[in-house]
Amino acid sequence: MRYLEEFRDAELVQNILSKINRTVKHPWVIMEICGGQTHSIMQHGIDQLLPAEIELVHGPGCPVCVTSLELVDKALSIASRPNVIFCSFGDMLRVPGSQGDLFSVKAAGGHVRIVYSPLDAVKIAQQNPDKEVVFFAIGFETTAPANAMSVLYAQSLGLRNYSILVSHVTVPPAMHAILGSSTNRVQGFLAAGHVCSVMGYHQYHSISQKYNIPIVVTGFEPLDLLNGILMTVELLEAGTPKVQNAYSRVVSEAGNIPAQAMIKRVFQDCDRNWRGIGFIPQSGWELRPEYSRFDAEKRFEVENIQTRESEICISGQILQGIKKPYQCPAFGKMCTPQNPLGATMVSSEGTCAAYYRYARLEMEEHHE
Amino acid sequence: MNDSPLPIIQGPVCPLPIKTYDRIVIGHGSGGQMTRDLICQYFLPNFSNPSLSEGNDFANIESRPGGRIVVSTDAHIVSPIFFPGGDIGRLAVSGTVNDLSMSGGIPLGLTASFILEEGFAISSLEKIIRSMADTALEAGVPIVAGDTKVVEKGKADGIFISTSGVAWVPDGLQIGGACAQPGDAVLISGTLGDHGIAVLSARGELGLETEIKSDVAPLNHLIQSIIQQTKDIHVLRDPTRGGLATTLNEIAEQSQVGIILQEKGIPVHPIVHSTCDMLGFDPLYVANEGKVIIIVPSDNTDAVLKTLRSQKYGENAAVIGHVEEQPSGRVLLKTGIGGTRLLDVMSGEMLPRIC
Amino acid sequence: MCLAVPGKIIELFTTTSMKMGKVDFGGVMREVCLEAVPESKVGDYVIVHAGFALNILSEKEAQDTLAAFRELEEAEFNLDNNEDFTTLD
Repeated sequence: MRYLEEFRDAELVQNILSKINRTVKHPWVIMEICGGQTHSIMQHGIDQLLPAEIELVHGPGCPVCVTSLELVDKALSIASRPNVIFCSFGDMLRVPGSQGDLFSVKAAGGHVRIVYSPLDAVKIAQQNPDKEVVFFAIGFETTAPANAMSVLYAQSLGLRNYSILVSHVTVPPAMHAILGSSTNRVQGFLAAGHVCSVMGYHQYHSISQKYNIPIVVTGFEPLDLLNGILMTVELLEAGTPKVQNAYSRVVSEAGNIPAQAMIKRVFQDCDRNWRGIGFIPQSGWELRPEYSRFDAEKRFEVENIQTRESEICISGQILQGIKKPYQCPAFGKMCTPQNPLGATMVSSEGTCAAYYRYARLEMEEHHE
Repeated sequence: MNDSPLPIIQGPVCPLPIKTYDRIVIGHGSGGQMTRDLICQYFLPNFSNPSLSEGNDFANIESRPGGRIVVSTDAHIVSPIFFPGGDIGRLAVSGTVNDLSMSGGIPLGLTASFILEEGFAISSLEKIIRSMADTALEAGVPIVAGDTKVVEKGKADGIFISTSGVAWVPDGLQIGGACAQPGDAVLISGTLGDHGIAVLSARGELGLETEIKSDVAPLNHLIQSIIQQTKDIHVLRDPTRGGLATTLNEIAEQSQVGIILQEKGIPVHPIVHSTCDMLGFDPLYVANEGKVIIIVPSDNTDAVLKTLRSQKYGENAAVIGHVEEQPSGRVLLKTGIGGTRLLDVMSGEMLPRIC
Repeated sequence: MCLAVPGKIIELFTTTSMKMGKVDFGGVMREVCLEAVPESKVGDYVIVHAGFALNILSEKEAQDTLAAFRELEEAEFNLDNNEDFTTLD
């Protein structure tokens, strides 16, 4: 068993779809929080296969989209310095700052490298002792253990030339921000499966109780997504909001304790600015003071960052599921992946980009 | 759709805003939308002529009694120079032999010019030259002229090779990107994504170890075997940079037709599948160097498929879709679970994602 | 935020006191940090994100989940049969 193809089985997909069709009696608005889930839904065409009563809205679960413009500008500034090797996950390279992106920094002579893992960035630091190696540590809770481990690894190697530019954000505060908003339409949540594989889902009980909303921990393959949707619809139809786990092969209620310990050792809570949404207090992680020598923001003086966002962009409302991309007057006209005005069009996992890539055709037909 | 002053070939556009770049960036070489925009904005307007405007891999330059002459050119800059399944030399010869073969014609001869970096090992050069000779022999196409230049250290990535070629297309063949018709069947000669993944893992930057080999190969014999079977072939094109999806979009645009693919039928090696899953890549956008898309009237499907499968380099051939009138200029994919999605042109560079 | 895939541990080793493994993702191999899964052993399947193993995959849970999906098909079949009987009345 490879644990992937089995969960893409077309026949089993039909089974769950039939069950969903038989179960749903009322219209429901369900949000999937994770960009990877949005991508999978659009890639497999799952949203088209669901009954019309179910409306899927897409949440701000794309760390690339929500990394603040200010931090992107800081990254570009650091990456432009002559003695720096700037390492990053691939998808951050496309994100435009106020002026240019990491690709244009590379074109101008900056040393920018794509890595698959932050631990690879540590190896680069080890191999280049005369250079400053900086890793762009973005991510939700899923990526935090790897980023934390990279700091601990660099420390154990006695490296003096490794630092990380941290842009960690956490899910529960974002859920509170969305559900607590007066314009909230979301009635059920698909929680991010891999975030929960690290953090568990015990944190979600209080959210579920506070807002009276079912939350189902969901995976990423077609069967997992449909199963998560089915369980959410069942809870909604029964009027019994609670937290359930539809990704039990990977997720347990307590989560991964050693991974959580790693995170707590290296990071502490902080406020974060979410691009497109705004300031959410205590919604992120930063390095603890004892690890400040690994903090790129402290290591490199970065001043005079003048950020400039578009005024037309409604990314914020899209990220909270209040509006759909095609409801934005700029979508497909002034704002395209070529010329993105905001966060959600920038990232390939962003909702607007996903709609632009996969669903534009039916939208054109629908709106002509 | 977009009020930018840039000429956009079709709806789908690239996430990297070309107009803010005053320098070439890596995305310009990816074969996707950025490359096309660069060509449309700068090259085409200045070099304009009917042959170039046809937009095929080969150009008709002269008609003679019995047929016509076509030419093609290509440059090769692969890194690493040696990769599992081949090297830059095999790539260079196969590349132009294949481009010429997409006309249905017989390649007659190739030229090869080399830009060598000071300090490049002669033993490596010898290996590459031998590989080119072997590939040319396999294809039955001689390398008849060449040139060599040396640049200072740091000015070239070891070796760059540029090849050109000439082919003869006999009368009776009308094959080109604008010739797809509604009702046609779309076939592929084998598995997708092998070359791109083999080169990526050989680069070593992502720490991957895999047995997958590049599919780089000259396809002229394979193509001739189909032509001997039937001359009624509408389109031949090799899905190189930008992958199957980008190439089919070009054809859909040129022919003003819709192409509908069936995800289930598309052959992908399991290792390519696994690697794409890991990195968040789509095999339909990964480069190939030894595959050909064949679009034929549907009556010919079974015969062409049988011929392909009986030939070297065609063993894994499959029918992957068909052509319809609508949606004109677009490619749709029916997913494995029954959904339908738009298959866009590749934008800039395909990047491993975290999200 | 979470592109993570399952892979099988085929080798274990240590790097500067960090537990590591060579993981096979289906013909493509990579070294992966196993510090968060200290009890993992050769033959286990782990879910890997950014070169870091997040958890060991439970084969039992996976089998149970798939079995439950298959049971939906049987329930569907029974439902259809029952409907047929109803219309015959």
